[in-house]
Amino acid sequence: MEHTADAYIAAYGRNLMEAFENAALAMFEVMTDVGKIEPKIEDYVEVEAKDECALLYSWLEALLVKFDVEKMLYSKFKVLKMDETVEGLRLEAKIWGEKFNSKKHPQKVGVKAVTYHRMEVIKEPNKVTLKFILDI
Amino acid sequence: MSREKVPLEKISDYTWQIPKYKPGMRVPGMVFANKELLEKMHTDRTLWQCVNVAHLPGIYKYAITLPDGHEGYGFPIGGVAATDYEEGVISPGGVGYDINCGVRLVTTNLTEQDIRPKLGQLTNTIFENVPCGLGSRRKDFRVSVHDLERLVMEGVHWAVDHGLGWDEDIKHHEERGCMENADPDKISTTAKNRGLTQIGTLGSGNHFLEIQKVDKIFDDRVAKTFGIEHEGQVTIMIHCGSRGFGHQICSDYLRVMERAVQKYKIILPDRELACAPGKSREAEDYYKAMACAVNYAFVNRQTIMHWVRQSFQKVFKKDPETFGLNLVYDVAHNIAKIETHQVNGERKKVWVHRKGATRAFPPEHPEIPADYRSVGQPVLIPGSMGTSSWLLVGTEKAMNTTFGSTAHGAGRMLSRHAAKKRFWGGDVKKALEQRGIFVRSASSVVLAEEADPAYKNVDVVAEVSDRVGIATKVARFVPLAVVKG
Repeated sequence: MEHTADAYIAAYGRNLMEAFENAALAMFEVMTDVGKIEPKIEDYVEVEAKDECALLYSWLEALLVKFDVEKMLYSKFKVLKMDETVEGLRLEAKIWGEKFNSKKHPQKVGVKAVTYHRMEVIKEPNKVTLKFILDI
Repeated sequence: MSREKVPLEKISDYTWQIPKYKPGMRVPGMVFANKELLEKMHTDRTLWQCVNVAHLPGIYKYAITLPDGHEGYGFPIGGVAATDYEEGVISPGGVGYDINCGVRLVTTNLTEQDIRPKLGQLTNTIFENVPCGLGSRRKDFRVSVHDLERLVMEGVHWAVDHGLGWDEDIKHHEERGCMENADPDKISTTAKNRGLTQIGTLGSGNHFLEIQKVDKIFDDRVAKTFGIEHEGQVTIMIHCGSRGFGHQICSDYLRVMERAVQKYKIILPDRELACAPGKSREAEDYYKAMACAVNYAFVNRQTIMHWVRQSFQKVFKKDPETFGLNLVYDVAHNIAKIETHQVNGERKKVWVHRKGATRAFPPEHPEIPADYRSVGQPVLIPGSMGTSSWLLVGTEKAMNTTFGSTAHGAGRMLSRHAAKKRFWGGDVKKALEQRGIFVRSASSVVLAEEADPAYKNVDVVAEVSDRVGIATKVARFVPLAVVKG
């Protein structure tokens, strides 16, 4: 989608959990070719936030931090649980990927940050669309 | 919401006012642009965001959109907002994710002819010495958590103390390379971890390092004061910011501010304007954390400049001092400052948010280094890859009109996606090389996305700034070689 500053992404799923998985995949596709990321190493992510938009933001940010700090790229995501809590919402997920290797993974663009700008969670029967912009 | 047409009243050919047409607007909007730039602003949410900024509690005079204004997050990019120090608010969105994204200009005593035979070798050496692109870093440059905490408090002094520069570099930075009040206790472990792996890296996207030459001098006296001697002189420009460290601080404090908005019952037209009252603990914490990122970015650019100097040494087999390689100035483009400005005839202490804006202080201002004080502060406006870049000088008019600020760059015309469809990385590189510009980039996607037709013409932006008088033209530079992430 078009936005002059950055990468405007729409991710779909049959439900919210699946849409979150696809949103993560889309973010790594901005950075590299996800087809080249082998799901060799398993990891676990848990995030909490007050609403669905904030949860999406925190989920993507947690993955981005893993890249920045551990140099990990991921290509497979399984949201295990999405629960309501006193604070809002909690997500637990398993993720699979491997260490970034500049010889194996083509470089596209580094993602600076996830943003709330134009972020939307659109729910239809059997279809959830997530729209968001990555600052790159 | 973006479909509503924002009303504009013409003040002059380059100045347009958005009247207080909404009940929540505390001040009007003021847009500095020619017709062409204004038309572009109408196609996205730039003006709508300017209107939103005019809602901020304690905002003075008007919400300002500069000639390079384009849609950002909450605040437009290319904007200035000054709010009362006590009654007003501070907003991380008014600074942006890339805190102290900025530019520095370095002069040499070489001419294009001197450098041409070695240009390819020099560009390759810089590309090897300066990490750029996705996930790259130097194996021989690692900082500990302790180092990180020192460097965010000491700024460029830390770099010079560690052999990453010369004493005389320090004074030629905005804030003398070190913003006071930086407190590492105000930043999260996540931010620190991101900071540790990215110090001394150029990054990706619109960030670049260019070897340039002086293309045209517009003001001889001022140019000479800044060390620009003649047309054809070789210079270097470095454009980058605080990397993941600053992004994480912004992100962490957007969460803090969201809670603050509820706590202090602030009504805002957009979630991304989240802010806290100037005198609150949240505001103080953010300011101290932001200062850490500001200092981090100064150190980042200083370190990169050091490696450029080393690259000259390696290629030409002489000490870097032989070639001049003096730092002209380093300016921030994304920052919030506590400053004193004249508002309706009174001196007021204000939070000045500059998001995609350059400070442009006039002659005799105490914040300007002594050797430049008679002419004014150097203002650096980088173009996009392959186009010109500008050196301007700050003015009294800027003080009175824009809280001492002017534009910061070209501003995107095409979305990145649209740019990729129209340009292919390989073609972009070939086109630049046909013009004699060497290009080294870690990513061909970045090359396509950053192709120069994707940007507004930076010459027009500099021209509008000059005509309005909020920073006047000193010299224009064109690239000889480009290094990109």
